[in-house]
Amino acid sequence: MRDTPILNVSRRGVLGGLGAATFVLSVGLPRPGRAQDDEPEFGRDAMPNGWTDDPKAFVAIDADGTVTVTCHRSEMGQGVRTSIAMVVADELGADWERVRVDQAPGEEETYGNQDTDGSRSLRHFFMPMRRVGAAARAMLAQAAADEWGVDVSEVTAGNHEVTHAASDRSLGYGELAAAAMELDVPTGDALVLMDPSAFRYVGSSEIGLVDNMDITTGHTTYGIDVRRDGMLYAVVARPPVYGGRAASYDDSAALAIEGVEKVVAIDPVDFPTEFSPLGGVAVIARNTYLAMKGRDALEIEWEGGPNAEYDSAAYRETLSQAANAPGGTVIRDEGDFDAAYEGAAQTLEAEYYVPHLAQAPMEPPAAVVEIRDGRAEAWACTQAPQVTRLRLAERLGLEKEDVTVNVTLLGGGFGRKSKPDFVIEAGILSQAMDGAPVKLTWTREDDIHHGYYHTVSVEKMSAGLDDGGAPVAWLHRTAAPTIGSIFAPDPKHKLPFELGMGLLNMPLAIENVRAENPEAPAHVRIGWYRSVSNIPHAFAIQSFVAELAQAAGRDPKDYLLEVIGPARLVDPRDQGDVWNYGENPEVYPIDTGRLAAVVEAAAEGIEWGREMPEGSGLGIAGHYSFVSYVAVAAEVTVEDGLVSVPRVSIAIDCGPQVNPDRIRSQMEGAVVMGIGQALMSEITFAEGRAQQDNYDTYLVARMEDTPKRLDVHLVTSHSAYDQPLGGVGEPGLPPVVPAITNAIFAATGTRIRSLPIGDQLRS
Amino acid sequence: MVNIVVNGVERQFDGDEDTPLLWYLRDELGLTGTKYGCGIAACGVCTVHVDGAPAFACVTPVGTIDGAEVTTIEGLSENGDHPVQVAWRDLNVAQCGYCQAGQIMQAAALVDGSETVTDEDIDYAMTGNLCRCGTYTRIRAAIRQAAEAK
Repeated sequence: MRDTPILNVSRRGVLGGLGAATFVLSVGLPRPGRAQDDEPEFGRDAMPNGWTDDPKAFVAIDADGTVTVTCHRSEMGQGVRTSIAMVVADELGADWERVRVDQAPGEEETYGNQDTDGSRSLRHFFMPMRRVGAAARAMLAQAAADEWGVDVSEVTAGNHEVTHAASDRSLGYGELAAAAMELDVPTGDALVLMDPSAFRYVGSSEIGLVDNMDITTGHTTYGIDVRRDGMLYAVVARPPVYGGRAASYDDSAALAIEGVEKVVAIDPVDFPTEFSPLGGVAVIARNTYLAMKGRDALEIEWEGGPNAEYDSAAYRETLSQAANAPGGTVIRDEGDFDAAYEGAAQTLEAEYYVPHLAQAPMEPPAAVVEIRDGRAEAWACTQAPQVTRLRLAERLGLEKEDVTVNVTLLGGGFGRKSKPDFVIEAGILSQAMDGAPVKLTWTREDDIHHGYYHTVSVEKMSAGLDDGGAPVAWLHRTAAPTIGSIFAPDPKHKLPFELGMGLLNMPLAIENVRAENPEAPAHVRIGWYRSVSNIPHAFAIQSFVAELAQAAGRDPKDYLLEVIGPARLVDPRDQGDVWNYGENPEVYPIDTGRLAAVVEAAAEGIEWGREMPEGSGLGIAGHYSFVSYVAVAAEVTVEDGLVSVPRVSIAIDCGPQVNPDRIRSQMEGAVVMGIGQALMSEITFAEGRAQQDNYDTYLVARMEDTPKRLDVHLVTSHSAYDQPLGGVGEPGLPPVVPAITNAIFAATGTRIRSLPIGDQLRS
Repeated sequence: MVNIVVNGVERQFDGDEDTPLLWYLRDELGLTGTKYGCGIAACGVCTVHVDGAPAFACVTPVGTIDGAEVTTIEGLSENGDHPVQVAWRDLNVAQCGYCQAGQIMQAAALVDGSETVTDEDIDYAMTGNLCRCGTYTRIRAAIRQAAEAK
């Protein structure tokens, strides 16, 4: 594919070693190999394996002028392959029609950090990718100047060629590529970035997705689509209870099926399970159907293990008791909550429940692994290629250097595909077949039964209002199993990064604030799910503010703006949040003015204050997450207890907008996902087993649930592209649910405090 | 022995006739444009046309469609220029893209089979096609655009 590459990949030092357990690093462990340990690192600097802006890693130019940009971030629908290429192409002065995108394999020594999570791709790589493009442009210009024997200051690079106006000469990028690749990469003052006013692609809404043609004609390759010569197909029967095991099994009926090649036992998992396969019994066959048929024919006796009694209804009571009992670990304490609460003119309490959720990306986990001559090659829909590579190597007894992880397109991720358990399963099975390529597919039932679920939570809120209805005391007690439970033996408290998702950094202008975190053990695998702990925190906080508005007899939008308070910069560290999404709090303080501005924009977009017919209402919520500001205003109609959401207005301020169309699409998608969470999505457990099986019982939003009118408002307080960028993929989601439930209250007078709404409004 | 025509090519299948068309297309013919999502007709990512009508390939045993003509996303148009495909690109409908082959096949059947397409028609026709990324508003707009362009 690369006939005349500019590059030979440079090898920047490997700086980190903990792979995708990035939160561990993000909360303050020093990065191995750092020269100075006393200076805190933030943003991309703090990520495992660091980053690079070496153009030789990311740009190749063929002799025919085709520019290939290598995207080192996983594409799962956020549009990153298009957006990264837009940034590089703009600074490179490339013609968009001649730009192609290659996907980087998991190779952190070349590309730096590749964990595609935390709404970080553009936030962390906009500037490095600008420098990549600018450096390559400078090298092309220098190559032309050398060719013509003129000073580089006399030539201009742009529109896919370098010109020397004085002599009316020009050379195309393709003609210059070979010479340019021999030059040193410019650094320091020699590297001049484009004036953002000259951007042609960055900031444009007119750029089509680079994968549009393949997607619309069926020629894309996701993890589940990979085909290799001699490939076998596998599915795995896993223990239905987390931590269980197959006590015994009979595979004779399975092996009697023509086309079933082998049955393989996979060792059960030890706690903490991290990204390890859950164990079980695999069936390997000539095609996927036969593998599934073989699995159906297995007779397995399961042992449940320590979580065999897990019952989510009973556990909800446990969480509720914990959240209602004083004395949990105090995680934030300002002023004197007790005194202010005692002295308040009016007090309120409310308890909010969010169930387990499954990411359920449309493409279930799937991967192909083959092992040849002591080297393993994987093809996987992974958000975390580097930890995939590490864990696959460890499990197969290989060196990391002998493992290649090719990153396919991801048919959705939402956090599920940050965990490489499924890729390791494929590796184990390839090894069991003497290295033959094996495609491991999770059925939808596997995905629903054996997930890394969104946590389950009870948030207990208490507040005191003064005579004028203003909040003077605020207590937030949060009880939820932590994602840390997959990494450490039985932790019972939320980690700083979870608490920093909208709880510790809750920026409302209230004088006396306390937050507590009682214990909550985990009984299932808990994992990242788009926007993570912001979901329960935003639901509780933004619902409770609306409840306070009601108690104060105030308009919810006006009240929300008053509680947000005057425009000011809040240092999250002052509120006990040392995480701040991994970003420098001096660069990324919480700007309450920006939060208020998106609330105003969302309200304006829905025509807040208009007269609503009976059974209809408007609700609003605003939330800061992933260093971006989002507000949602929703219109709902409730008829015979059934909720519809005919219109939504969502406003985001994510700082500079690289690809506005993809920001819009992320907001549109967040609204739809949020509607599903509000109305119907829930995973429950009985006897340790998930009670839902597939999309017939784990319900998510469909076409008819989608607003007829969905307006996205891009708000920005920053016109210059040198301002810090915010996240986009996740922050749209948290305020959607409370906007809807607040609207339901306006429509019906019924306050929804437990998700999903289901049939709660049926009389 | 089952005889079917897939994207204009005659095929003979002599395997287990309970094999869902989905896995025959994907694993045997290598037509991976048709996706797996649920296996129980609950998500629509496997939507193909069987004798011109939309069908869920995951619950269509090959043995039940002897003599049928099957069209997959790869065969919907010669150059990817069915009005639905064009509209999908114009409006940047896709996010991850995984469900879009099924969405496009369902939408193409709707657009090709109707004089006019209302929002209610779209809700009704597309209810079986899930998109976890939440591209429904753009799907709606693209179907309207394709219906007008036809």
